[in-house]
Amino acid sequence: MSATLGESPAAAAPAAGAPAARRGAGFGSTVAAVLRKELLVELRTLESVPAMSLFAVTTFVIFHFALNRGSVEGDLAAGVLWVTLLFAAILGVNRLFVADADQGGFDAFLLAPVDRTALLVAKVLTLLGFLVALEIVAVPAFSILLLAPPVGPALGGLAATLALGDLGVAVIGTLVAAMAVRTRARDLLGPLLTLPLFVPIVIGGVRCTAPLLELTHRSGPPARWLATLGVYDLVFGLLAFALFDFLVED
Amino acid sequence: MSSRPYGNGLRALSFATVAAITGALALVFFYAPLEAEQGFLQKIFYVHVPLAIVSLCGFVLGGLLAIQHLRTRDPRWDMRSYVAIHIALIFGLGTLITGSIWAKGSWGHWWVWNEPTLVSFLIVWLLYATYQPLRFAIEDPERQARYASVFAVTAGAFVPLNFIAVRMSTSYLHPRTLSSTSNLPGPMALTFLISLLAITLLYATLCKYELTAKHTRAQVRALRRRLSGETAPARGRSAAPVALPDGAMPAAPGETLGARFGAGSAPGTAG
Amino acid sequence: MPSAAPAVEIRGLVRRYGEREALSGVELSLPAGSTLVVFGPNGAGKTTLLRVLATLLRPHAGRVSVLGSELPGDAWAARGRLGLLGHEPLLYSELSARQNLRYHARLHGVGEERIVELLDAVAMTRRADEPLRTLSRGMVQRVAVARAVLHEPELLLLDEPYANLDPAAIELVAPLIGASASGAERTRELCSHDPGRGLAQADLVLGLRGGRPALLAEAATVRASEITELYR
Repeated sequence: MSATLGESPAAAAPAAGAPAARRGAGFGSTVAAVLRKELLVELRTLESVPAMSLFAVTTFVIFHFALNRGSVEGDLAAGVLWVTLLFAAILGVNRLFVADADQGGFDAFLLAPVDRTALLVAKVLTLLGFLVALEIVAVPAFSILLLAPPVGPALGGLAATLALGDLGVAVIGTLVAAMAVRTRARDLLGPLLTLPLFVPIVIGGVRCTAPLLELTHRSGPPARWLATLGVYDLVFGLLAFALFDFLVED
Repeated sequence: MSSRPYGNGLRALSFATVAAITGALALVFFYAPLEAEQGFLQKIFYVHVPLAIVSLCGFVLGGLLAIQHLRTRDPRWDMRSYVAIHIALIFGLGTLITGSIWAKGSWGHWWVWNEPTLVSFLIVWLLYATYQPLRFAIEDPERQARYASVFAVTAGAFVPLNFIAVRMSTSYLHPRTLSSTSNLPGPMALTFLISLLAITLLYATLCKYELTAKHTRAQVRALRRRLSGETAPARGRSAAPVALPDGAMPAAPGETLGARFGAGSAPGTAG
Repeated sequence: MPSAAPAVEIRGLVRRYGEREALSGVELSLPAGSTLVVFGPNGAGKTTLLRVLATLLRPHAGRVSVLGSELPGDAWAARGRLGLLGHEPLLYSELSARQNLRYHARLHGVGEERIVELLDAVAMTRRADEPLRTLSRGMVQRVAVARAVLHEPELLLLDEPYANLDPAAIELVAPLIGASASGAERTRELCSHDPGRGLAQADLVLGLRGGRPALLAEAATVRASEITELYR
């Protein structure tokens, strides 16, 4: 559905006799161009990643006082970790399209002879990058501040789980960010829309992470929950692919 | 491009609904046997489950109608999608309330987490509760309709996925008496089916009422605009989609309100 | 070399905003290489018309054809060949002029040499690497002009392009957004509030009021007083 109503770019041959439709960047180059721009803006402003990381660490401190515990393990540890990561992710989601919406970036992109879905892919990759950067700070912080069992043996399973979870968060986050950014209450609608959509990711994420963080009887993430996360990612990926064009239009 | 008046069949539908509801109530109170364990309270099941089913189907229907809107860009599909979701949301609230009453009666708590259907219903309801705020926050009517449709499709796809995920996560062993609708003895099954029919008809009637009301209001506004020129007061910000009067879509020989009530009294009906 | 087919052709265009018709009844045919100037008070539909021609808004009814492509179906074919200079500069304030132009160049498949050439043409080479938010409004507008013509568009859509520029800047910029650039005839659609300057550049004049065309004529036959009438 992303090629609805004649939105396909330089795929078809230009009409005979008409001057050649200027070929814009191909799909891959467009994604690369947008990604480069995103990276440059983030490096210049340092808005999203430091804020998300700081938020996560502060939240761990708050959890210490809220739960009145010095350390957590198993189910509780998984829960604390996932809740913190998701709320930190929402900060990143809120900022994702703000520069584009406020500084006319949408128009500029819409005027270029490129496939609009490339913007979706670039933004998902950007958000994914932010999440990975967040986790590089948050997971060690978590293991130092709150986690009872040592994190070393859990890292492999944790990485797999976080990868699948992050992908889902990135896709949903991008879709919702595109919906919320050009509304009057953008900072409020973003979280309200994402949180219910995150519930299956929380369910799957915690079920996969809890066995990894047990003090005794550690085990790997259950395959069926990893599969559930994967399926959820796939379905939402396809949905986003089909629907994104409709959000980016004026 | 249909020019059929919107209110067609509304009266017949209303009568059918009243008849079905009366029939269902009669069956629930006088025909269906008292259930052994839970006694009289169990009868709320005949309201709660049909409400849940119709509400969920309404949400998914809203998503399907939204797909049509995105494909054809015809604002009338968006109107239908909006009404379907709007009324399903109300029925959803009824589901949660009746579910809560049942839980209090059976388990002593106003809410239970071991009923996956109820739990996933809550999540879905919380998501759809953002539909109207989302619409209200977008002023451009065309963009409002388009974004709402994207939301409706996303949320519609979410409903089954969420249901499965929550179901998988609830691994309690006791039977889920609330949601089990299979293996019902004869009289209970009949009562249940009639109740389901009644609630479905109620849903359809309410949808049709709302669509007709909006359409009529749009006609009136269009006539008012013709009479007083473009100085008629503009419609304020609203979460509801804009209903275009007949004739606003190209090549629609729409019936105007004036023509329907005969006696060409309204000036400018010929346009 | 002017081609025979009109660059822009509009028949019965309707664009709604909710129940209100933001634009209706516009009919015109703009030959390639000519300039259309649109006048009208605020809210008359000038920007709407501009955005429809820029393929950013879809027509709700009627036929619109831009550079031989029907909208909205073949909009993609026209996109790389038109340039838009609106009220917003469409640039990221955190990035420098060069970085912004590079981004647009990559999207349009344009080479680095063109960026250097344009930065020089708008006299921004010296400050090309400072973030735009440190520059004055006039300088940002100059970079916006460079962005608009970066990919050598055949159709230029301009919304009060001289608004934020001082006379020196206008002199710099005029040849870039003028009727002919590097020898080729270029078609333009221009929104303006200035009857004198607007009429001087026009081949065809369109006056809009309340979304409807109040005036459509060859520029030579239009008097400035008719234009000021529109604003009454």
